[in-house]
Amino acid sequence: MSQSVHSSGEHQPDENRRDFLTLATTAVGVVGAGCALLPFVDSMNPSKDVLALASVEVNLSNIPVGQAVKVMWRGKPVFIRHRTEREINEANEVALNELVDPQSDDARVEKKEWLIVVGVCTHLGCIPMGTATGEARGDYDGWYCPCHGSHYDTSGRIRRGPAPKNLEVPTYTFLTDTSVRIG
Amino acid sequence: MSAPQWNNKVVKWVDDRLPVISMLHHSAYEYPTPKNLSYMWNFGSLAGFVLVTMILSGIFLVMNYTPHTSMAFESVERIMRDVNYGWLIRYIHMNGASMFFIVVFLHMFRGLYYGSYKAPREMLWWIGILILLAMMATAFMGYVLPWGQMSFWGATVITNLFSAFPIIGDPLVTWLWGGFSVDNPTLNRFFSLHYLMPFIILGLVVLHVWALHSVRSNNPTGVEIKTPQDSIPFHPYYTIKDLFGMGVFLIFFCGFVFFAPDYLGHPDNYIPANPLVTPPHIVPEWYFLPFYAILRSIDFTIFGIPAKLLGVLAMFASIVILFVIPWLDTSKVRSSKFRPVYKWFFWLFVVDTFILGYCGAKAPDDYFMGVPGLKVIVMGQLSTLYYFAHFLVVMPLVGKMERPKPLPASISESVLKEGANA
Ligand code: HEM
Ligand code: FES
Repeated sequence: MSQSVHSSGEHQPDENRRDFLTLATTAVGVVGAGCALLPFVDSMNPSKDVLALASVEVNLSNIPVGQAVKVMWRGKPVFIRHRTEREINEANEVALNELVDPQSDDARVEKKEWLIVVGVCTHLGCIPMGTATGEARGDYDGWYCPCHGSHYDTSGRIRRGPAPKNLEVPTYTFLTDTSVRIG
Repeated sequence: MSAPQWNNKVVKWVDDRLPVISMLHHSAYEYPTPKNLSYMWNFGSLAGFVLVTMILSGIFLVMNYTPHTSMAFESVERIMRDVNYGWLIRYIHMNGASMFFIVVFLHMFRGLYYGSYKAPREMLWWIGILILLAMMATAFMGYVLPWGQMSFWGATVITNLFSAFPIIGDPLVTWLWGGFSVDNPTLNRFFSLHYLMPFIILGLVVLHVWALHSVRSNNPTGVEIKTPQDSIPFHPYYTIKDLFGMGVFLIFFCGFVFFAPDYLGHPDNYIPANPLVTPPHIVPEWYFLPFYAILRSIDFTIFGIPAKLLGVLAMFASIVILFVIPWLDTSKVRSSKFRPVYKWFFWLFVVDTFILGYCGAKAPDDYFMGVPGLKVIVMGQLSTLYYFAHFLVVMPLVGKMERPKPLPASISESVLKEGANA
């Protein structure tokens, strides 16, 4: 603009117009390229068939009190524990302010005797031990993650170790007293 | 430089239309090279050789590999058992990845010792760091392909690192996976990207060499080429030296391929991936261990930033910090040969990276080298501290305070003097 050979002011509007056109073209180009990129980025998100597999029904009648099972849901394990009276009490007795990620047991279960949580450590995604009978259940009687040493309690809440959050509670609905749909 | 005159008519005809032959002639034949380069200058060409080896062996692996969760493991086993020389091609590729990192790490330590990152070589250094990052991504995704237990759980742990970022963390991880866990979509995209990345590395290497040839090689004295007496043509002097180094390197490489092909790997990766069982001890490949140790050593919160996020940031920072060392190093002298104080810190830094590597391989609650009372996690924290202090404190301060030894007037003078003393 300032290095223009035409020093007379009458060419000024023309050059402004040219600058504007250049800017506008660039802007449209950038926005257009961004929009063209979106479908590609979104193609990497979960596809319809993956989303369609997003729920699973589980029969609870063959899980005796005191035992737990692992079921697959969206490619990862869900722990279903048929809790004993003692385990329920333990989960209710802790003061909330002692918890890393404070949450009452009530807020984490629909029926007291059934604890249903996603079996993926909230640290870096390992599967905690303690579901199969006889496995180490950590210092708080729930689960223990061997990868970097996280301890979860009988409500699946993080009590000690590097994991920042409680085991996630998936959305689920009891279809009958002995069957539940996860997802 | 004037274009050389070609006697051969065909060569001349081509070169007049596309001066690719002149270009190669400039860069691999007459390129004026400092006459005092030591064997530490062999690792660049070796890295290029390994890259070509990886691309070739990879292309042949793909001819028999199946990127699907139900068949990946078996297709690799088939390569090992049934495909003619499949075992050889796979062992070359598997150990080639380790060789690549050995060579590149040595290449980088060379650069650190001789101050090759300083002006005017900052861009050269930066492109090198980009190559390292691209190699890490490539090797990580390649390791997922055989779909063994370590493949699966390594992929799970590393992709989960991104969940540490607030708000965008979880959607980002779902996007990386293409699902709700590491699964077939993840394997497929890793395969696609694992094929792509080496060619991106190749492109970066072209830029790296371009930058090198415009600023010229550094050398053990750190003194620039001043007169024609300081340099010799690349060919035949360095072509032959590089070739000799390649021979020695191939003995080392083949030693692993033929006599200890699984020594650098983890036996758990010969167990097919099982999303329901985590192996008791997850470790990355050896070349990631120092970075893994930095990640794990942050088990505390600062300013309310959770440990998990801090660990991830520290791990990324450990590489990103390399971008700014041209400005963190305040010394006017390039080569540590003439830096009596910094030299010691350099070696301390080398030892530090080995300690980090050791810590990354052990469980946090183990004792360091069996020393009672000294936990691996604590040692990891101390070495992480030194890792960063080396760049942030030692480099700026020692550069200012140290009194360097007198530099030779020229490369030529230093060569003649060393010759006279020998
Ligand atoms: C920068 C260069 C490369 C690096 C660092 C690299 C690294 C790796 C690593 C660490 C593995 C796992 C080996 C194992 O444990 O079995 C792997 C596997 C694989 N790579 Fe590469 N790779 C490179 C280039 C390529 C290229 C260019 C291709 C294809 C054209 C390729 C195709 C494959 C295939 C098919 C596998 C799976 C088979 C197997 O596990 O042996 N790679 N790569
Ligand atoms: S993944 Fe469970 S403690 Fe790290």
